[in-house]
Amino acid sequence: MGILEVRDVVLKLGGKDVINHLTIDFWEGHIHALVGPNGAGKSTLANVIMGLPGYTDYEGDIIFKEESLKDLPIDERARRGITLGWQEPARFEGLTVYRFIIAGAKVKTSERVKEVLAEVGLSPENYMNRAMDKTLSGGERKRIEVASILAMEPKLVLMDEPDSGIDVEAIERIFSTIKGLKAKGTTVVLITHSLAVLEQAEHAFLICHGQLIDKGSVGEIEKYFKSKCISCNHQNVPDFGDAL
Amino acid sequence: MNDKEITRELYESIGVDVHKHEPDAARLVVHGNEVVGAHLVPGLKVETAEKTDGIEAEIRITRGVKIEKPVQLCFGVLPETGLQHIRLNLDVEQDAKASVVAHCTFPNAVEVEHKMDATIQIGPGAEYGYFERHVHGPHGGVNVIPKAKINLEERARFKTEFELIKGRVGKLDIDYEVTCHAESVLELMARISGRGDDSIVIHETGHLLGENARAVLQSYIALRETAKAVVYNTITAHARGARGHVDCKEIVQGEALAKAVPIVEVNHPGAHVTHEAAIGSVDSKQLQTLLSRGLNEDEATDLIIEGMLS
Repeated sequence: MGILEVRDVVLKLGGKDVINHLTIDFWEGHIHALVGPNGAGKSTLANVIMGLPGYTDYEGDIIFKEESLKDLPIDERARRGITLGWQEPARFEGLTVYRFIIAGAKVKTSERVKEVLAEVGLSPENYMNRAMDKTLSGGERKRIEVASILAMEPKLVLMDEPDSGIDVEAIERIFSTIKGLKAKGTTVVLITHSLAVLEQAEHAFLICHGQLIDKGSVGEIEKYFKSKCISCNHQNVPDFGDAL
Repeated sequence: MNDKEITRELYESIGVDVHKHEPDAARLVVHGNEVVGAHLVPGLKVETAEKTDGIEAEIRITRGVKIEKPVQLCFGVLPETGLQHIRLNLDVEQDAKASVVAHCTFPNAVEVEHKMDATIQIGPGAEYGYFERHVHGPHGGVNVIPKAKINLEERARFKTEFELIKGRVGKLDIDYEVTCHAESVLELMARISGRGDDSIVIHETGHLLGENARAVLQSYIALRETAKAVVYNTITAHARGARGHVDCKEIVQGEALAKAVPIVEVNHPGAHVTHEAAIGSVDSKQLQTLLSRGLNEDEATDLIIEGMLS
């Protein structure tokens, strides 16, 4: 039995099945990868699990620690220990990095904020009072997002495209943070179509057209993905994203 | 209460320990229509006259004087009811420089009116900064009516910030009109948070008359419950190289109502004025991010608004 069970979930958006009878178990304390081509339904599944607006009217069920998430709003899901690392983290004009991180931190002290910033490779002296605005690069925002997740101390993290828009040094830091999360017993779900990210996982699920195509070890799924998916012209359903 | 006790209570209402005043910083404390405390520094001349219907103040910063520490002003009314009417003539003479931090406090207001009618003259090359923070009580029983006519001579700089984010606004009706001569710089900013049946009206106008005069008018307003706000920001540009920008952002929650009317008038081909106005609910991405960290909707909204008004 997993910490998070996706049970025969169907989600229709714009009259199309974007999640199509999907059943997946995520094991507690393990790093998983949801892999698949663009538009396969990976981010959509993350949004369904997090309960984002427009993604709550699904059939089937999602069980977290033996409790159905149905009808639970985002913040209730978060308080039960689920969180989402966004592909494109939000900017917060006027808020400092410190204020943003401490808002969701389990331990609300400046020492804790300094610790998590250091853990993602950002100097607390330089970043605590920085504004969360456009003066931060994509890589800096991504690292601050991960720092806020560390401070929250969740039980399960959905990380949507953790390598998007960032440099090599930042991605190495994020990879080491992912391993640190696992060491603390946190379950990690990486959503990706990148082989580099896939290789950070212990288990992988291949999704296409909202359906589970295969699951198994990272090596097996990587082989399948390289040989069949990268060259495939299959037309997936586009992600509806913010249009909802 | 004697003047010292009133002064102490006014400062306590804004969270300031009166004993921690810097002895070399100028200050003026007005309760109702009476001066209850004053400390001047060289180069700053203040004359006041207490009238039955208000207080008249003539303030002059003499030519070339640069006052290092911000002048501290405190205006307030402690009882639940009262009228404070300040008629101010301020003259910052050529090449002088000063900044003022003004606290306006009405902590117990049920029916209080605070009016200011100001004429402000910033001389050639002079600089004047005015930061006005209002602290109101929970009842919303304050009627705040600041009106100012301001003239910036050549190369003068005038920057003002109006902040009202603690307590209920009540009724606020700001009306500032500024004339900007050549090479002068104007910055007006208002940051206001309204709730309940608060009513906010802002008229801010900058006339860019001289070459290379510049102006930025910014309004950041958060409205909750049934609060209402109407913002009229106007820049007119009449000379070569004049530059202006109007920026109005308003967040609306519940049954609140916001209206932004940016007016831009350019009548010289070498002038350029831009404007942007955004009214809406809190940003959904920001909200969802904070919800996904376990904040509830009210906590998340408060934090986003705190950011916008900071």
